[in-house]
Amino acid sequence: MTDRDTTPAIEFRGVVKRFGDNTVLDGLDFTVAKGDRVTLIGPSGSGKTTILRLLMTLEESNGGLILIDGEPYTHEMRGGKRVAVPEKRRRQVRRRVGMVFQQFNLFPNMSVLENIIEAPVHVLGLSTAQAVVRAEELLEQVGLADKRDARCTQLSGGQQQRVAIARALAMDPEILLLDEVTSALDPEIVADVLGVLREVAETTDITMLIVTHEMQFARDVSNRVLMFDHGRIIEEAEPEVIFTAPREERTQQFLSAVLGEDTADRS
Amino acid sequence: MSDNLQTLGDALPRLGDAVLVTLQLTLGGAALAFVLALLLGFGSRSHRGAVRVPSRVVVEFFRGTSLIVQMFWLFYVLPVFGFRLESLACGVLALGLNYGAYGAEVVRGSINSVPAGQWEASTALNLGHVHRLRRVIFPQAWALMIPMFTNLLIQLLKGSALATYILLHDLNYFTEQLRRSTQDTFFSFTFGLLVYFAIAYLLTLVMNALEVRAKNRLGAGPTLREVLRIAPVPATAKAGAA
Ligand SMILES: Nc1ncnc2c1ncn2[C@@H]1O[C@H](COP(=O)(O)OP(=O)(O)OP(=O)(O)O)[C@@H](O)[C@H]1O
Ligand SMILES: [Mg+2]
Repeated sequence: MTDRDTTPAIEFRGVVKRFGDNTVLDGLDFTVAKGDRVTLIGPSGSGKTTILRLLMTLEESNGGLILIDGEPYTHEMRGGKRVAVPEKRRRQVRRRVGMVFQQFNLFPNMSVLENIIEAPVHVLGLSTAQAVVRAEELLEQVGLADKRDARCTQLSGGQQQRVAIARALAMDPEILLLDEVTSALDPEIVADVLGVLREVAETTDITMLIVTHEMQFARDVSNRVLMFDHGRIIEEAEPEVIFTAPREERTQQFLSAVLGEDTADRS
Repeated sequence: MSDNLQTLGDALPRLGDAVLVTLQLTLGGAALAFVLALLLGFGSRSHRGAVRVPSRVVVEFFRGTSLIVQMFWLFYVLPVFGFRLESLACGVLALGLNYGAYGAEVVRGSINSVPAGQWEASTALNLGHVHRLRRVIFPQAWALMIPMFTNLLIQLLKGSALATYILLHDLNYFTEQLRRSTQDTFFSFTFGLLVYFAIAYLLTLVMNALEVRAKNRLGAGPTLREVLRIAPVPATAKAGAA
């Protein structure tokens, strides 16, 4: 293995995040290796979304460093002081990070195709023709080739989310952040969206950071699960281990609440 | 009554001129107001104090002072400093500044009303600041702005009547002249009301068409063509709109 391979894709070093008086993350450390699929679980308010939003620069941290591929992302140490990285350099690093949101957030003023090619054309500098070819491949992959020219508002929630996944993938991210991407969907279409994500996990080596309540999906896709409570990692293990034999009592309580007492895992 | 109509008939060419002056004031003022509204509205949102503070000051100042006093100031006071503007220019400038200040609040409010998720998705796609505003945020804010701009435009039309007092022969002036020549207050002012109303109604129709188009571009509501029934609506489109 070369050095580059062992550099973590994501590294949090003593990251602090406060909202007013509420300290959500208090010196959080963790790393995600390249190609890892990590699921974050934990009770509501434990800081899972905050971690993803920090990685997307939708929130500013109050302390510590976040590194992507070993590079300072939002802040760096200069002369012993922690200083913000200028937006121009943040943008270069952010290019490698993509995100899919719970509420899809497609642009309603654009068609499905336009949503997907907007950033590849204007940010990556692809020609429109190249971007369209790639977008059509991706639409095929998410099973929506026939919706190419549809308006986003005409699509169902599940279809919108699949377009949002295609849109994120069109940027060729090295890291993909997924924050409860099926929570806003009707139960019967959750499987479609998870199916698409399973395929992405199988056919690419994108590093994935996943927040989900779909424990079976977490189990199938991820190779590591981090259990959060009050902004700290209280347990970390492979999915097989954490879902069948959690070490911490807090994890056991959380999982039995989420999975329900009658689940096979618990019997 | 027939005397009144006779007098009105004689004055018709002047009515045309008067309506033209009112339209020049209204459309000129609206064009200036629109540009100022965008500049001041975006300026008010700037992170840079050097841009934001002056924008806010200008908005508050021109919202907080009377339109007629602004017109008088431009017309009577500015020449004291050696700048003499024509009446029409004073009227357009005052209307543009006053309604531009109101419009700036509309722009600022509408931009802020675009859901946070749209801004966040743009960041996640790494769109640049200007690109994000131009391609994602503004088209959505625009649909929110138009109904409020319609209100302002109608108010601006009505505000343009004050230009009579800086010696412009606009529709208000015409109405006053009509009253003098007919000696019939009811007839002349009712006539004035109706002409203002007709202009306002036409402006509203145009603005409504813009609104329909903007909403349709966001995937909400019918196309302008369907609304106007210019073309027979295809059955599928009808079903979609229903
Ligand atoms: N914009 C905000 N302003 C103030 N407090 C916030 C904000 N966003 C999050 N918080 C607080 O930060 C804490 C962590 O929130 P976060 O959304 O990260 O939790 P979560 O683990 O994603 O929870 P859930 O499972 O409910 O989504 C909570 O106490 C929340 O109230
Ligand atoms: Mg959350």
